Amino acid sequence: MSDLNTAMIEKYRSSFLKEVEANVEEGEWVKMCMQCGVCSGSCPLGKHWEHPPQEIFMMIRAGKREDVLSSDAMWMCTSCYNCIARCPRGLPITHIMHGLAVYSKRLGLTPKKQPTAEFSQIFWDNLMKKGRVNELKLGLSIYFKDGFGQGVKNAMANRKLGQNMMKAKRMNAMEMFSGHRIKDLTGFQKIINKAQEIETGNIKDFK
Amino acid sequence: MAKIELSFYPGCSSQKGATSSNYLVSAQTMCEELDIRLNEIPDWNCCGASIGYGGGGELPRLTLSARNIALSEEHNAGQEIVATCAACWLSTREAKERLHEDERMFKDANAALAEAGLKYKGESNVRHMVEVLVEDIGFDTIKSKVKKPLEGLKIAGYVGCQTNRPFGIAGESFENPQYLDRLIESVGAESIPGYEKKVQCCGGALAFSEPEKSQEMIKGIIEAAYDNGADMIVTPCPLCQANVEIYQDNINETYGTKFSIPVVYYSTLMSVAFGRSAKEAALDGQVIPAKQLQEIADK
Repeated sequence: MSDLNTAMIEKYRSSFLKEVEANVEEGEWVKMCMQCGVCSGSCPLGKHWEHPPQEIFMMIRAGKREDVLSSDAMWMCTSCYNCIARCPRGLPITHIMHGLAVYSKRLGLTPKKQPTAEFSQIFWDNLMKKGRVNELKLGLSIYFKDGFGQGVKNAMANRKLGQNMMKAKRMNAMEMFSGHRIKDLTGFQKIINKAQEIETGNIKDFK
Repeated sequence: MAKIELSFYPGCSSQKGATSSNYLVSAQTMCEELDIRLNEIPDWNCCGASIGYGGGGELPRLTLSARNIALSEEHNAGQEIVATCAACWLSTREAKERLHEDERMFKDANAALAEAGLKYKGESNVRHMVEVLVEDIGFDTIKSKVKKPLEGLKIAGYVGCQTNRPFGIAGESFENPQYLDRLIESVGAESIPGYEKKVQCCGGALAFSEPEKSQEMIKGIIEAAYDNGADMIVTPCPLCQANVEIYQDNINETYGTKFSIPVVYYSTLMSVAFGRSAKEAALDGQVIPAKQLQEIADK
């Protein structure tokens, strides 16, 4: 093929697809989608997606950058892996949806107050503090994420659940003060900070 | 020496005072009976579960598991890694596969681990406890250990998502895996192989962030168990267990149902059937008491 032809093909190739291939986890698989719709039909929360996965793949190829990245669709993924198990083209759809969600968050395009986006960050911050999840603090952070007043309301509404869990010794009030932790917390945090630094360095600029 | 030695990754929710501490107690009892020795990975960390991705992205998330594998390879050399938690198993195995397929990711994860003097090789197998039961121990051996058959009990085997997809157990079908039904039968109870909601998602971590959407799915899981005449539900997954057990009050309030069905772990069933006490089977960890199992254990 002549250089001119190659250049023209590159010109007409969606730059958003290229961006997804470069910056989104497993993004290089997007072009493999054959639009059969099995993923959308297999998703347990399918009816709640603004754009189901099949549509997301087509939108990426059509260059609908803002529409995809500012949608809350990807945050509907429960990580059930039904789409991966059934996709006839073998796309790792769950991971692509996670990747798109993360990328949208990185660019600040995730809708504000998206509950799963918020929960996901709360969960990550929680595990980073001690190397292990502190379930009590995790639960309370979720209740109180929209302020003190709402937090008290949430805690009251769920108090029976909490009492049940305490009675079964599957929730422990002492976790507030002396929760589980790993020993080499310094080493752990150094490792993950380094991984974050490398990941950020690998992001390519598409502006 | 025990017949089987495993490098054990217990996971956050199994710790004392956490949501699946009862799973750990019953799994330990079950392993004693089967002569399986669990050597805990020293200083293991959280795997990120299925929700950490939103804060951790790709490499940091995979590096969490790489650290656990590196610690296992250093301290429990030559032993297979085994997890009882679905998300722990999935995250660890996924990290291993991803670092194996992607050279740059392997290099980057090791560059991060080097910050604390660790090295990831990725030579250990990563397995779920039920794989050890089904593939290494076998249903016949399990059957031969039963002292108190769980006769007269009808149990819905709820496999859920992540102990099934994407990796599968013992090469079984994703749509209708049979291993949990066979385990139920091995301990003398009646299974429901056609249980419609066997591999239905419970909402997973979204039970916290999207409670209404998740509880609608949980309602279906419980309803189908009742429709099939089940006395209780059994599951291999800590989040499935918690989600299906603890929100029954909320679901009753929303939908006017009268659900009160116990949800137990396979390890609790096996511990009772192997003749161990209610406490050793962790029956005291039920929010909805499994009275029929309690009676068998107390006999």
